[in-house]
Amino acid sequence: MSFKETFMKGEQGLFKPDSLTPMQKIVLRFVVVGLVFYLFAIVEGMIMRMYQITPLPFVSEEQFFAILTAHPLVGIFGSTYSLVCGAFLFLVPYLMKKPLWSMKAANLTWIFIAVGTLVFWAAGFISHYAPLYTLYWPLPADFSQFSLWGGTIFVVGIALVMVGSALFVINVFKTITYTPEGWEKQPAGALLGSAIGYSGFKNLFRRRKEEHLVPLPVAAIARGSVDMALNTTVILFTGVLILVYMVAAIFGTDLSQTAVDALLYKNWFWWGLDLIADGLVLIFVAGTWYLLAMMITGRKLFMQNIARAALLVELVVSWTVWSHHLLSDQAQPAILKVVSGELVTAFELITQGLAFFITLATLWAARPLKMTNELKFLLGGLLGFALAVPAGIMQADVGLNRILHNTQWIVGPHVHVAVLVGLTMTLYAAIYILFPIVTNGAKLYSQKLANFHFWGHLLGGIGMGAFMGMAGLQGMLRRSLYVEGEFGIYMILAGLSGALLLAAFLAFFLNIVMSIGLQGVIGIFMPAKLKTSDMVPAE
Amino acid sequence: MVDSAVVLWGQTLAYTLYCLVMISLVGWFGYRVTRATEGPGVRPAYFYTFVGFLAVLGVSLHIITYNTIPWTAMDLHRGDYTPDKTFEIRVANHEFQLPAERLEIDCSELVLFDVTSEDLTYGFGVFRPDHSMVFQMQVVPGHRNDILWRFEEDGIYTIRSTEYSGPRGVFMIMEDVVEVTGCGVADA
Repeated sequence: MSFKETFMKGEQGLFKPDSLTPMQKIVLRFVVVGLVFYLFAIVEGMIMRMYQITPLPFVSEEQFFAILTAHPLVGIFGSTYSLVCGAFLFLVPYLMKKPLWSMKAANLTWIFIAVGTLVFWAAGFISHYAPLYTLYWPLPADFSQFSLWGGTIFVVGIALVMVGSALFVINVFKTITYTPEGWEKQPAGALLGSAIGYSGFKNLFRRRKEEHLVPLPVAAIARGSVDMALNTTVILFTGVLILVYMVAAIFGTDLSQTAVDALLYKNWFWWGLDLIADGLVLIFVAGTWYLLAMMITGRKLFMQNIARAALLVELVVSWTVWSHHLLSDQAQPAILKVVSGELVTAFELITQGLAFFITLATLWAARPLKMTNELKFLLGGLLGFALAVPAGIMQADVGLNRILHNTQWIVGPHVHVAVLVGLTMTLYAAIYILFPIVTNGAKLYSQKLANFHFWGHLLGGIGMGAFMGMAGLQGMLRRSLYVEGEFGIYMILAGLSGALLLAAFLAFFLNIVMSIGLQGVIGIFMPAKLKTSDMVPAE
Repeated sequence: MVDSAVVLWGQTLAYTLYCLVMISLVGWFGYRVTRATEGPGVRPAYFYTFVGFLAVLGVSLHIITYNTIPWTAMDLHRGDYTPDKTFEIRVANHEFQLPAERLEIDCSELVLFDVTSEDLTYGFGVFRPDHSMVFQMQVVPGHRNDILWRFEEDGIYTIRSTEYSGPRGVFMIMEDVVEVTGCGVADA
């Protein structure tokens, strides 16, 4: 086939959108939305990388901070949430061997996430609303710096994403516990207990081990969904609070900003946000590692009961870990700094280290393995968290935080290495392994492009994090601007690493488009012709 | 003497070594896991040893820093100390308001910086001329934001907000407004 023909019809014309089940179409819609928003986030990231080398004439300072506000939100909500929700809405019923509870809710989930992300991104782009994702009170309600209407639309966009998240969580738990039509009555309570890790915890102390009703990856998904539900509640509540101030101002009334305690707000906000950063991400990632290890090896997981029990422990950890974000807040009680900020946070070293070890041990027991795309990306994801989690543990120390807080160290070796290398490479591994399943055997266009994607992403991600970290150790702040080239050499090297990341993503994007073809991409968004609730077409 | 520059140097060294070991380990694993050398799986004893090692590592990091980084204990128990000198600083409308044009400090004096915000959340950081950080804290409105510090080297330092407070807050910088004298040793 010619290049043009392949571009239109996909590699060897193997991808047939009409052969997809409704469930497969939903998953692929999530993937397309997730990848498009990833492109948004990475282009925004590159604009900021270039701006840190030298201010760009076509980007004002206000625009820079609006990009800085939108960038992580587009990356996490628009891209990661889409990929995660799509993959898990497919995997939960697939692994439970029962239909998804509601396809309508699944479709609404990607629509709410996509529309919400577009709304808040556009509001930020046009109005330069830029209180950053941290929203430290009373900054989001500071209408002397930010547009009132821009902020209002921005918050509405975030709220739409949260509605999509809520639908996802409901769908996951209902799918685990409900009884499909024509089935024997399902034990909803026991299924729920197994899903949140309670049965695994009990098995640690029993001689006769109880059978697990829910596969381990589903337990991890359910466990992470608990945090997602709580996080959704916190963000929605925070959004409503900000909206109250905005609507009052629109009607000409200035509400007293001191009515909200800034430190209490900060505690509340970080408690909720860490349910994503320290709960949801780590648990979803651990669950995905377990699933990938089992799919790659075709074997049971090493130390399965410990892995299940750790999910329950992480429940306690992620709910009590937030204070490491307030180690530099002098009014924060010292007991919270030490217990929540230092000791509970150190527990994440154990829970994530345990998942790391279990995954590697499962792979090791099945050697020799073929170095497939999913295996190499899984190893990249494991390496990302192996580098990023200890960086986080170091900054969650009262002594070290005094000289690391709000520097590029936080956002480089910790955040970007965790998200770009750890989380994203894990998601790529999932995409590569699920690709033939959800496309009914479509063939990848080019292995060379996949190899470049791997090395470019790995080296670009680690390189960018490392150079940002070096600048941070030299005193460079995050959420700030240096316009006299103070940290020029580090920013140039970080920019080059970022360019490698962008090139790697473009190679992946091209590879996927060439694999399924432009007609295939359009076909994904057309109504399914197969009327079935099965995950994949019957043989 | 242990100051922030020494601590950061130690951290750079330790973390770089750790990263090199981890990258090598995962690279080695990736190579070996594809080799046709079947063998036994991993013994559970290794797993429990690894988990125990992580527990010891996580806790010992804080014990070590508490006992070796000079400001850690002082910061957690700062109510027990009596400062030799106090500087009361106000922040409002994206501006620091200092009690004097230059904050003059004698070597080894225990200094309390007491910073109050009248509107937004800011940061308060002290930086060397090469832009490296001496220390910082958050400045939250409606709360007391105080930090004790003992300077052991001579130098002239810059104050800068370390927290984002909107685009107007980026250039909250007061250059060369803290001066430490009498140590006989210049801050590197």
